[in-house]
Amino acid sequence: MPVEFRKDLFADERDDNLAEIGKPHIRQDILGHVTGRSPFYDDHLFDGLLHMRCVRSPHHHSRVRSVDTSAAERVPGVVRLIRPQDVPVNLNTLLALLNFGRDDEPLLTPDRCAYKGEPIIAIIATSERAARDAVAQVKVDWEELPFVLDVEEALKPEAPMVNETYPNNTFDYHDRYDHQKLRFGDVEAGFAQADHIVEGEYQMSPIEQAPMETCGAIAAPETNDRFVCYTSTQALFFSVAVAAKQTALPSSRLHFIGGTVGGGFGGKVDSHHEPLAILGAMLTGRPVKYQWDRAEEMQVGAPRGAERWRIKDGVMRDGRIVAREFTGFFDAGAYTRLSSYAVQKCTGHIPGPYTIPNIASNVYCVFTNRTPSTAMRGFGITGVDFAIECHMDKVAEQVAMDPIELRILNAYRDGDMKAHRRSAKNCALIECCQVVAEKSGWALSADARAASSLRGGGVDWRAEIPETLTDQGGQIGERKRRALAPEPFAGVSQRHTVAAGSANEHPATGNAPQREDMVIEAERLGFKVSTGVPVSSAPIAPPTPPGVPVPYPNNARPPEQPDRDASTGPGLPPAARSAEPLLPRETVPQRPVAPPPAAVTPPPSPSQPTSADQAPGGPRPPRRPGVSRFISGPRGRR
Amino acid sequence: MKTPVTFTLNGADAAAFADPGQNLLDVLRRGVGDLSPKYGCGQGTCGTCTVLIDGEPHLSCLVLAETVQGRAVETAGGMANGPDLHALQTAFVEGFAAQCGYCTPGMLMAAKALLDRNPSPTRDEVIEAISGNLCRCTGYEPIVEAILTAARAPRNSVGSTV
Amino acid sequence: MLEVVVADTLAEASAAMSEEARFLGGGTLVMRQVNYGDQRFNRIVRCRERLDEIRPDGSRVMIGSGVTMAQIMGSRDLAFLAPAARAVGGPAIRNMATIGGNVIAPHPYGDLAVALLALDGRVALSDGTSQPLEQYLKTRRGLVRSVSIQRPSGDEFRFRKVSRVKPKGVSVMSMAAHLQRSAGRLSDVRVAYGAMAATPIRVAAVEQALEGASLDLNGVTPALNAATEGLSPPDDALASAWYRREVAPVHLRRLLLGEDRR
Repeated sequence: MPVEFRKDLFADERDDNLAEIGKPHIRQDILGHVTGRSPFYDDHLFDGLLHMRCVRSPHHHSRVRSVDTSAAERVPGVVRLIRPQDVPVNLNTLLALLNFGRDDEPLLTPDRCAYKGEPIIAIIATSERAARDAVAQVKVDWEELPFVLDVEEALKPEAPMVNETYPNNTFDYHDRYDHQKLRFGDVEAGFAQADHIVEGEYQMSPIEQAPMETCGAIAAPETNDRFVCYTSTQALFFSVAVAAKQTALPSSRLHFIGGTVGGGFGGKVDSHHEPLAILGAMLTGRPVKYQWDRAEEMQVGAPRGAERWRIKDGVMRDGRIVAREFTGFFDAGAYTRLSSYAVQKCTGHIPGPYTIPNIASNVYCVFTNRTPSTAMRGFGITGVDFAIECHMDKVAEQVAMDPIELRILNAYRDGDMKAHRRSAKNCALIECCQVVAEKSGWALSADARAASSLRGGGVDWRAEIPETLTDQGGQIGERKRRALAPEPFAGVSQRHTVAAGSANEHPATGNAPQREDMVIEAERLGFKVSTGVPVSSAPIAPPTPPGVPVPYPNNARPPEQPDRDASTGPGLPPAARSAEPLLPRETVPQRPVAPPPAAVTPPPSPSQPTSADQAPGGPRPPRRPGVSRFISGPRGRR
Repeated sequence: MKTPVTFTLNGADAAAFADPGQNLLDVLRRGVGDLSPKYGCGQGTCGTCTVLIDGEPHLSCLVLAETVQGRAVETAGGMANGPDLHALQTAFVEGFAAQCGYCTPGMLMAAKALLDRNPSPTRDEVIEAISGNLCRCTGYEPIVEAILTAARAPRNSVGSTV
Repeated sequence: MLEVVVADTLAEASAAMSEEARFLGGGTLVMRQVNYGDQRFNRIVRCRERLDEIRPDGSRVMIGSGVTMAQIMGSRDLAFLAPAARAVGGPAIRNMATIGGNVIAPHPYGDLAVALLALDGRVALSDGTSQPLEQYLKTRRGLVRSVSIQRPSGDEFRFRKVSRVKPKGVSVMSMAAHLQRSAGRLSDVRVAYGAMAATPIRVAAVEQALEGASLDLNGVTPALNAATEGLSPPDDALASAWYRREVAPVHLRRLLLGEDRR
């Protein structure tokens, strides 16, 4: 019995009468591909093209004592050298464009090189061979420095400093912590009541994207006082902005042409070739190509970063996971690139597609003397997913349970509250497991076969998780002063577990300022405070200006523990100890109750501006056309 | 000092001046202007620079340009007959056998060399024939299928068989 | 500045060679270095003499150093060597790569040379002298004109290449054996490995353990136990020394007993 998820589960998500989607089609660019005419960046011929190559550090960590370029400058065909001081704005970080993180990486490094292959000088010559010969003639007096290649070694107080902008070897989160936190429920209580504690450590290697076309760019002066830049970039607008910043040219003077990319997989977002090629064209007045060879692509090209994960689970005898703790380390290499973002992405993915009422996670973006890492196909997600799924198998083994049944038992169901206090929607893991089992001839119990993502979710402990106050462990720089275990709550003397909306004497620190378009809607909160009010009439909290933390629109009542049977203790899902079958049985069709409205009167907030068109407690605005129902809104199946 | 080199490219006379040590890929692209063979590694690993020399596949990045003096070179850029695609090209188009397209010219050359010699290859022979050509968009299956489809195509005009 | 010298004969080419020169055969080794701007040489020497003769000579066969892998695969006289030639690169590489290049190829390349070693290869040099391939591999001095090998009969010759990617992948190791028999017992056996040392090598301990043994599991067990005796396999990106040691006896057994032959 094949399951057509789309029809069964997402019947209302898509119109079946679309003209193109769902129909076989011939790629619009494939005629160019098969005739060899697709214009990749290097498929543009220029008279007098110059070639650029870089002098690179041969050490993991080193300092340039002195450089002698006299012999290199005498190599026939050499036109120009570019030194760090020739770069108008040498320091950049990729996500500066999103105002995330500080500029930490030079285009050409003047003194201290933090990874093997870091460029210090670019040489432009009339042929690639001449550029290579000249690079070989540059004499650099390198002072080798102590280096660190392991993420946990890098966290120790005595570790060498990798990145001057982040001298503690960790990216700074929310101007306060040396890691990204996630706190949900009460993991300690969960562990205390669990029958088993299952721990595991998982290590992923860096992975090079290895596109068939190596990264590169050609820049040339145009007649209208602009520079044209043909580039292999995957992220044209990133590259324009980075190039404009580092060359100090207005972007209106940059004519970028890209879009035909010989494979990227994330490895072509870093935008180093474009500013260097443009700078070359500015300084020589001629077309300049900067292309990595294969060895550079593999050694210097930023890979998917290595990750190390430790997972600790509290598991009941029957396989219900009641608490899960993560300690994760992302190896950013020497500079931030996109690793800071990968950490947040993976934190958003924790704990995987499972409903676990108590979760804590510390994830570190760690600087080491390795090649900087960057994007690659689901980076931030695939690594932690690998760890989670390996760990699920380990848990299954520990409780002597079928690994697929364990997943079905713990899977998200519609309406469950996720660790980020959002309601799970469009869940399909259970159905996916059922199909996998069926296709592979794997026997499942009747309960597992009868389970459904549509039933049993969004009730009781699956949805009513008290809010957890963020603890203050792992302040920026703390680890430099004393050895501190990286696990959640290490070095924290007191923890607080408080209910949502409680009067909070310590403002919930670490929350990023909420932007207007991120104002929490009651329906997105995913946990219930009261019942029975249809979504359509649910009022929302008034929009809040940027920069003002938004309290959860809950009753402004003091902390209140959710209903808990005294005998089961805090954090235990009732199902885990009840005599009831584990898999929720459906007697009464149970759709997730519409999320509660916020309190009719929103919590008083002195900082809230009054605005005529933002009446507190007003009706929820109608859904904007074009907004995907996948992203917000209840799944209609009434 | 540059060395003159003359050869035929896709049946037409071609000439270029090669720098000492310059490889055929570079001469084809920059010297003659045939941009269809691509640079992928410069070390004989990836196959995207594959061209036919006297009908046999060669890696143009590892061929010293001056050694093709007087020989016949074919590239993917010369496969189509005017607007009419070669059976392999048609099969690649219809079978979605290209994604980013960067390995495609080399794949087509390797496949053409096979079909020119063996018009009805087995699946294993196809796999062997493209074993020196890497694809990173995970497209080997459609490529193998497309080559087999081209071999079966009635309009298959590739090569005369002995 | 790089220069290219074109010689009419191998002897002339030999005269043009120096520490700063490289001889261009099929190009698969030298052009790679040229493309990457190798500064150790500034002269490429190539030769108009074709050196692509394959000539049977009694119990041996003489193979010109310019013979490509594809030519070996197409030669009736060298059918026994075809599996080893086929193990080198993909079709395009095999149209280019020569036997002369294979005997000087650095680790982990040189799979064909492993087969030549097991077949009592002797190299003839441009100066008219000749020497055992085993000896030549230690210095790799002088331009090779041809390689002469013993012609095995029946199923005496075995070759096996272990790689992580099929059908084309670089060697984790390669192995070749010439299993001559006398009165049902192994006699004058030659076994060679590739990618287990800096160059292809003969494995004396295994050869000795096989001498006089029967070609069955019992007979070869002492040789399996000695599979890596006296060797220090390299650590590289393809496999660690430890891994090579661990799996060598398994592959040696499959080689000797003809198990799982491709």
